[in-house]
Amino acid sequence: MRISRPILSALLVMALAACGSDAETAASSNEIKVGLLHSLSGTMAISEVTVRDAELLAIEEINNAGGVLGKKIVPVVEDGASDWPTFAEKATKLVRQDKVAAVFGGWTSASRKAMLPVFERYKALLWYPVQYEGLESSPYIFYTGATTNQQIIPGLDYLKEQGRNRIFLVGSDYVFPRTANKIIKAYAAANGMEILGEEYTPLGHTEYSTLVNKVMQAEPDAVFNTLNGDSNVAFFKQLKSAGATAESMPVLSVSIAEEEVTGIGVENIAGHPVAWNYYQTTETPANEAFVKAFKAKYGQNKVTSDPMQAGYNAVHLWAEAVKKAGTTEVEAVKKAAPGIALDRPEGKVTIDGDNQHMYKTARIGIIQPDGLIEQVWDSGEPIKPDPYLEGYPWAAGLAGQ
Amino acid sequence: MTAFLNQLPIGLSIGAVLMLIALGLTFTFGQMGVINMAHGEFIMAGAYTAFLLQDMVLALPAAFLVAGVMGLILERSAIRHFYGRPLDTLLLTWGVSLVLQQLARDLFGAPNVQVPAPAWLSGGVGILPYNRLFIMGLAVAGVVAVWLYLTRTGLGRRTQAVVQNRQLAATSGIDTGRVDMLTFFIGSGLAGVAGVALTLIGPVGPALGTYYIVDAFLVVVAGGLGQLRGAVLAALGLGLLNSYAEFWSDASLAKVIVLAAVIAFLQVRPQGLFVLRSRVLT
Amino acid sequence: MIRRHLPFAAVAVVALVAAPLLLEPFRLGLLAKYLCYAIVALGIGLAWGKGGMLTLGQGVFFGLGGYSMAMYLKLTEAEGGLPDFMVWSGVEELPALWVPFANPVFAMSMAVLGPVILAVVLGTLVFRQRVRGAYFAILTQALAAAMVILLVGQQGLTGGTNGMTNFFELFGQDLAEDSTQRGLYLVVAGVLGVLYLGTRQLVNSRYGRLLVAVRDGEDRVRFLGYDPALVKTVTFAASAGMAGLAGALFVPVVGIISPALLGVVPSLELVVAVAVGGRHVLAGAVLGAVVMGYAKTAFSEQFADGWLYLQGALFILVMTLASKGIAGVAQTVAGRLRSARAT
Repeated sequence: MRISRPILSALLVMALAACGSDAETAASSNEIKVGLLHSLSGTMAISEVTVRDAELLAIEEINNAGGVLGKKIVPVVEDGASDWPTFAEKATKLVRQDKVAAVFGGWTSASRKAMLPVFERYKALLWYPVQYEGLESSPYIFYTGATTNQQIIPGLDYLKEQGRNRIFLVGSDYVFPRTANKIIKAYAAANGMEILGEEYTPLGHTEYSTLVNKVMQAEPDAVFNTLNGDSNVAFFKQLKSAGATAESMPVLSVSIAEEEVTGIGVENIAGHPVAWNYYQTTETPANEAFVKAFKAKYGQNKVTSDPMQAGYNAVHLWAEAVKKAGTTEVEAVKKAAPGIALDRPEGKVTIDGDNQHMYKTARIGIIQPDGLIEQVWDSGEPIKPDPYLEGYPWAAGLAGQ
Repeated sequence: MTAFLNQLPIGLSIGAVLMLIALGLTFTFGQMGVINMAHGEFIMAGAYTAFLLQDMVLALPAAFLVAGVMGLILERSAIRHFYGRPLDTLLLTWGVSLVLQQLARDLFGAPNVQVPAPAWLSGGVGILPYNRLFIMGLAVAGVVAVWLYLTRTGLGRRTQAVVQNRQLAATSGIDTGRVDMLTFFIGSGLAGVAGVALTLIGPVGPALGTYYIVDAFLVVVAGGLGQLRGAVLAALGLGLLNSYAEFWSDASLAKVIVLAAVIAFLQVRPQGLFVLRSRVLT
Repeated sequence: MIRRHLPFAAVAVVALVAAPLLLEPFRLGLLAKYLCYAIVALGIGLAWGKGGMLTLGQGVFFGLGGYSMAMYLKLTEAEGGLPDFMVWSGVEELPALWVPFANPVFAMSMAVLGPVILAVVLGTLVFRQRVRGAYFAILTQALAAAMVILLVGQQGLTGGTNGMTNFFELFGQDLAEDSTQRGLYLVVAGVLGVLYLGTRQLVNSRYGRLLVAVRDGEDRVRFLGYDPALVKTVTFAASAGMAGLAGALFVPVVGIISPALLGVVPSLELVVAVAVGGRHVLAGAVLGAVVMGYAKTAFSEQFADGWLYLQGALFILVMTLASKGIAGVAQTVAGRLRSARAT
């Protein structure tokens, strides 16, 4: 076995090197470190990179205005690499190694579920900026995106109002679409709507001819689309070339925002409705400033979208809570947060004390030929978040508890 | 019933897509035994070429050149040191594919880009839109061109000679190094052409290659290494199987059924549909 | 005799004594993770390095082990109720498949036996048909792809894309405690050490020589009257068992199992790690897994935006400049030194 001796020695050196590389970098006293944890590589980078950009913009704004508690915010950026276990690992690193005051991050439900135990275990804060399937309210997570009653249910209300009662469900095969469709089916049963079909495709699926055939044969009034990422591109291209139009069969999407429209091709999706809480065209003073600042920092051809705005809000809301608490200490911030209300690009946003979700205004928009989204319907005032749908009798039993 | 009948042309068109993405592999993998995991990224390069030119017709030859040259560079700089060690090339080219994906992300941005479909491709016949028919036509043209090249040109015959017996071919005065270069150029170029066609039906982004690579290898493996007719039959067979399996179940299950079918098929015919007969002992 | 075991003993001391003392809990946890991967890599080193079977589906076996362990952990925490993800997936009754996994002995044995059985079945079918080389590689890759789709599709049974996470305790020990994690690290390091020694013994035995012979000339071995398919199946099963065990250890260490951990890419990454370390030596495989794991963490922490370039470049460089991996380089250097000393 003489061959393995040098290798084993190499292993020894490696192990020692690993031990030595562990110098703790303590934050200096006039800085507050926060973590930004999004997928910068892999399939989810498509969506998450710009959310990180919006969060960096918010940090820059706060620092330019003098920081928080007289200290500058310093972002520590990590890559979740579209891989859930990596999210858990990097979250642990940010919390334990960098000792950040808060982490802003995640996109997919899977990444949030993977990070949740880390934040609960080490009693640290996660601000999660994307609409999701509800049925969760962790004491250590603030949810700045919509829960189901602020997006999916208003979307269904809109379809019903339009007289489109025969619906086909199309989604990617993961937690959000399956939970969303469960809710949709319960809603349909209670509201006299008919579900003509329910189909799932693997994430990253690009061959939609069979599914389009099924949808076309069923002749629904509308399609409720919970596909994710690249699949949307393939689905809309193939649906369009099969002859479907937005007039005869609108496809209501809940995961397509301004950013995705270019990749899908405006001509393939113009006229179809989407459900969100914010569009680049939303008319509020805060939004005018946000869009202007974002374009100035990242380029005039960039667009802003709901998750970007929710990430941008998350940083500002956290800073506000820190100011109110007078400290970055987690329990104090949690205690200070409820009731904080800010005028954000999407309108007035209030942190709910019961479940750490936000009061948000639901908005339905139609995709325009210029790639932006024009609002055609809104809920009037911000809707109280209800992640377990306790306020909806027809949803009883969905939450399982 | 209509829905059921519709699945037949749909299956054929899925088969055509599989054929297109696998056609280049019948060269690099089939003829040369190089497991090129960066094949998917050459497809991606073709799609991005179409994006840069914003013109489908111009993009076809341009993508062939771009992807071909990329293949040539890869072959000259790295792969040629690995001939006879197919499994090592698999790992090496996988590393290359990672780098190319990240490069695309940095050059073109992480979000998908849009290649407008030409106006003359809107509309369709029955269930098949013109863009599907275009892909089917392109696949047929590609197969015919490859077949003509291999059987009717001197270069092609030399390629086949090298595949069948490298040493003997070299002894007969064939410059095997040049044949390898050319084969790799054509194989990679065909991937580029496939990439252009795929912009009609799918996303154009940094992850594009990863969606097709496993399917492409399955087609070549099921068809038999270096067997053009095997690859054609395998592509059509898998396309039809996929189409009907998804029709009766769902997309996830259909994928599993297709994969299971290939694994089971290799039990019956371990070398694929058609085997290159040889008396050489491994 | 003593000299021969000296390097191994030195590494063992560093791994078992120095690392737990010197490393912070977070870093120690990462090292434990790399060591879990090293156990899989050891199996790949055996199957591929010694037996010539390039398996691109090792993640499947890793996953079977991981899911067995995760099912057990979820059931002990649910205390007779339903695991959390089933509740939000709308499952009302515990699926029959899950029931026996409440028993720790059953779950632990399935973590190893499940992969072994699958490998024996697959190996018997495939090797009897003389499927080998690239065909075998792509076939195992297809297996990994199919496995992921299956797991993702059965959300109520497996947790879907999310997989399973949020584990609290193992055999009554609080998994959040640093002391538990340190103990787990020692277990992982110990298991790796024992498996390494065992595999080394195996490779040096008659069976090991037969295995190498099968790698280098399968037909010739057959002509000599041996059954190469049997030799290969046994080896493949052993490497599958190691991957399964690694998966079972991985779950309490890292705290999550999901389809993302056992698909085409992670399976390939492990093979790549073995190639970088040097596949023709078992220690090279182990070293490669630790080096690549460490490189991935270090690169991605330093350069969150472009670390993939570094990882890819490191790998391409090692493969083109030193096709025998780090172990090959180390051997060459050692060889030079020895001959320099001799002259």
